[in-house]
Amino acid sequence: MTVTAPTPPRSFQEIILRLQSYWAAQGCAVLQPYDMEVGAGTFHPATTLRSLGTKPWAAAYVQPSRRPTDGRYGENPNRLQHYYQYQVIIKPSPPDLQNLYLGSLRAIGLDPALHDIRFVEDDWESPTLGAWGLGWEIWCDGMEVSQFTYFQQVGGHDCRPVSGELTYGLERLAMYVLGIDHVMTMPFNDPDSPIALTYGDIFLQTEEEYSRHNFDGADTAQLLRHFEDAEAECQRLLDFPPDDPKSGKRIIMAHPAYDQTIKASHLFNLLDARGVISVTERQAYIGRVRALAKKCADAFRLTEAGKDAEGVA
Amino acid sequence: MPDLLIELFSEEIPARMQARAREDLKTLVTNGLVEAGLTYASAGVFSTPRRLTLTVDGLSSESRPVKEERKGPRADAPAAALEGFLRSTGLTQSVSVPVTGISATAHVGIASYLEHREDKKGGFTIYAVLEKPGRQAAEIIAEVLETTIRNFPWPKSMRWGSGNLRWVRPLHSILCILVDEAGATTVPLSIDGIQAANTTAGHRFLSPARFPVTSFDDYVVKLKRAHVVLDSDEREAAIWQGASNLAFAAGLELVEDRALLAEVAGLVEWPVPLMGRIGDDFLHLPPEVLQTSMKEHQKFFSVRNPKTGRIEGFVTVANTETADHGVTILKGNQKVLSARLSDARFFWENDLRVAKARMGEWLDGLKAVTFHNKLGSQADRIARIASLARHIAPLVGADAEVAHQAATVAKADLRSAMVGEFPELQGLMGMYYAQAAGLPDAVAHAARDHYSPLGPTDTVPADPVSIAVALADKIDTLTGFWAIDEKPTGSKDPFALRRAALGVIRLILSNALRLDLRALRQIGDSAIPAVLKSGAGNDDSLLSFFHDRLKVFLKDQGIRHDLIDACLSMPGHDDLTLLVKRAEALAAFLKTEDGPNLLAGFKRANAILSQAEAKDGVEYSYGADIKFAETDVERALFAALDRAEATITPAVQAEDFAAAMSAMATLRAPIDAFLDATQINTDNAILRRNRLNLLHRIRAICSGVADLTKVEG
Repeated sequence: MTVTAPTPPRSFQEIILRLQSYWAAQGCAVLQPYDMEVGAGTFHPATTLRSLGTKPWAAAYVQPSRRPTDGRYGENPNRLQHYYQYQVIIKPSPPDLQNLYLGSLRAIGLDPALHDIRFVEDDWESPTLGAWGLGWEIWCDGMEVSQFTYFQQVGGHDCRPVSGELTYGLERLAMYVLGIDHVMTMPFNDPDSPIALTYGDIFLQTEEEYSRHNFDGADTAQLLRHFEDAEAECQRLLDFPPDDPKSGKRIIMAHPAYDQTIKASHLFNLLDARGVISVTERQAYIGRVRALAKKCADAFRLTEAGKDAEGVA
Repeated sequence: MPDLLIELFSEEIPARMQARAREDLKTLVTNGLVEAGLTYASAGVFSTPRRLTLTVDGLSSESRPVKEERKGPRADAPAAALEGFLRSTGLTQSVSVPVTGISATAHVGIASYLEHREDKKGGFTIYAVLEKPGRQAAEIIAEVLETTIRNFPWPKSMRWGSGNLRWVRPLHSILCILVDEAGATTVPLSIDGIQAANTTAGHRFLSPARFPVTSFDDYVVKLKRAHVVLDSDEREAAIWQGASNLAFAAGLELVEDRALLAEVAGLVEWPVPLMGRIGDDFLHLPPEVLQTSMKEHQKFFSVRNPKTGRIEGFVTVANTETADHGVTILKGNQKVLSARLSDARFFWENDLRVAKARMGEWLDGLKAVTFHNKLGSQADRIARIASLARHIAPLVGADAEVAHQAATVAKADLRSAMVGEFPELQGLMGMYYAQAAGLPDAVAHAARDHYSPLGPTDTVPADPVSIAVALADKIDTLTGFWAIDEKPTGSKDPFALRRAALGVIRLILSNALRLDLRALRQIGDSAIPAVLKSGAGNDDSLLSFFHDRLKVFLKDQGIRHDLIDACLSMPGHDDLTLLVKRAEALAAFLKTEDGPNLLAGFKRANAILSQAEAKDGVEYSYGADIKFAETDVERALFAALDRAEATITPAVQAEDFAAAMSAMATLRAPIDAFLDATQINTDNAILRRNRLNLLHRIRAICSGVADLTKVEG
């Protein structure tokens, strides 16, 4: 199966580049990160919205992801409030998706002939996106290196056809491949470069700054207001009639409305990190974000990109 | 008789679902085959992470023809009636053969036909003889398997790609062959584009090629050659054996864990156990922490030093063989474990710091944790439980102050980092942290044990302080949810109130505690702020809820619910220990020969008396006088009642129900003799009244033991 055993990668960015070229070679559109703060690659509209409807889709991208509560001031060897996910989404899920995935591990130097690769049950659910799917977490020598999910529902809509989603936690995966014990010591570019940079050179200071911001700095009263604003704006945009008098076209503003959902979700995460959301309120906030995600999904399903092809129920 | 082999090959099936799926596959397919008229000798079923396999031996090659007769209209009935009958049978006049009597042999080759049979009235009636011909096994198998796959009861199933089929994970191939002396033939079958074939694939990495199989034996042998052990029992045995050997060779021993073994066997097709050591920096962690962390996160077995009892190593089970004999795999696993245990050590050390400062940080933190939006925070709840524990302590032989202290810290560990990571360690960590805080052992043990018992078989705490806190915990839960009217309904019991009530019952019975439930409930109720109460909290439904749980619990111990009812009407029934003592004595009594007979005599006497009382509108409780006794039998009953009463009254007072019941048993013969020989409702009014008063004595004496009117039979 393996044609040649590639040389092992030497840096964080080399692993990303290899994943990019591998999935490009499999026919995926290599997209760029979404330009908003998100908690995970799944929030990128290329996954959330494009997994709806019948139009075929294949995309791969790096997505910077923010989890404010995970900030550890850069001290924890593998916990960060800002990290990278690599995301692959293919609709309909191809029958050999497991093998395609294994190929990507070979590409970054994890040869299944030498490692113990396992598909361990892990059902995925995103309460804020109203989404769920079945799949696995993938273990390499006991280490979780990816999530593999067959989407069943997104934004309250059944996925027909089903999308296959792969998510790689890039730092963790790279640390394993490169044999690094603390993320901040990981070579970001080639360690033999004239200006060799480690992950810490780039991110240690920002981890410190954002940890303080997330836990103590952010103005909670303002965040609460912004949450309310985003919620209202999302609804307002969706309330526009589809016919645009200026262009004469039918334009539903599903994406701009969805941006407000993303915003609300991130604001909620920040409020959570600031510790101002009680256990009972938590569920209510999640429910509010989910309501927005569902409305955006409903709207997207009425657009050209999200509708069902002729003859499909 | 051919054999059938079916394999459903898919992407990885969750380990926890495999055992149930095996049984479902076997039941659904074999039932389907039998319903369609096939027979078989035996069936076996197997699973690996990627396949479900069924083998059916000695299957009939075709189903037996089924013959059915249907009576139709008389031959001279109107044409419409005949046509209707023909339509319902699917026959036409052309296959009708007018004969008298039955001579089906005359129509061999005609599957279904009509017959005219002479009836008793000399006319003819039309009968349809319908024969469903036997069908080929292959045809039936294809139908049954398709139905099985389309309706398989997976706990969770999914669609994939553009298809509509649902399976636990994408289904890739179906092997379905019938094997007889002539060889194997593939059963023609196609489901959503998956064509059944005679091939399967081996291990995902070691032997991925597909290969054909010709029989079950051939299948098992070739799979093994292709690095797949089909039988999960065999995999379990290999894992256990291999892991034990590795531990033994290092002078250590494997910690038994059946559930983990079954799970791991469901994660691998080709098990290869590998043993590693836990780094010295982690050996001081509590063994439960090491075990839980390794099991939950990594599915590692724990390896113990038999001399010290310490957990010093682990066994991981790989699903593959590698050129370096697992060195890379073990190194990776070791590294992951170190990261995990570093987390655990970090939690442990931070937690110890808080614990040594008497857990103030956690107790404060619990003020911000909502227990239930109507019942306040965890801190509010702990304050209630502590106050309850103080009240309960003297009743169970515990020191009130120690119980109060124990209840105050028992749930502090809910805020610890370790319990945040491993919720299943709640209570146990509480014990370690209470010890670290320098609190008395009784307090530490109460922290560990106060959640118990968690079910009908779980160990019941026996230490008085633990009992006090455990009772307080459960009574607060029950009175709290009762006060806000969140009682269990039907199958819904989101706050596990049935378990809490059972916990109280078991704590009382196991420790032979003498507690008044009603008083306990009032103490519990007084701790709930009045504003929270919805008004529904002040009825007796919580007591009857306890009684219902008690009946369920005792039914499992072999005591009938009517016996509980008979004892529930007696004084002191809020004292569960007394109640059960009485019920047990009654149950034992009813198993003796005298028991049911006395019960019958009692019921007979009681029926006569009740009837008379209803008719006369009086209660015959004036006391019978022996001077009106006419016969020896009557006098003997007087004497027997005197004797029995002299024993029963003090025995009941001393709670010696067995003695009371055997005294009652002595009444059996005198009562029977009296009722058989004496006319109660005689014309002599004085005699009648005296005899009714005598019956009343029977009732009064027996009812001092239990309310026998409630006993069935």
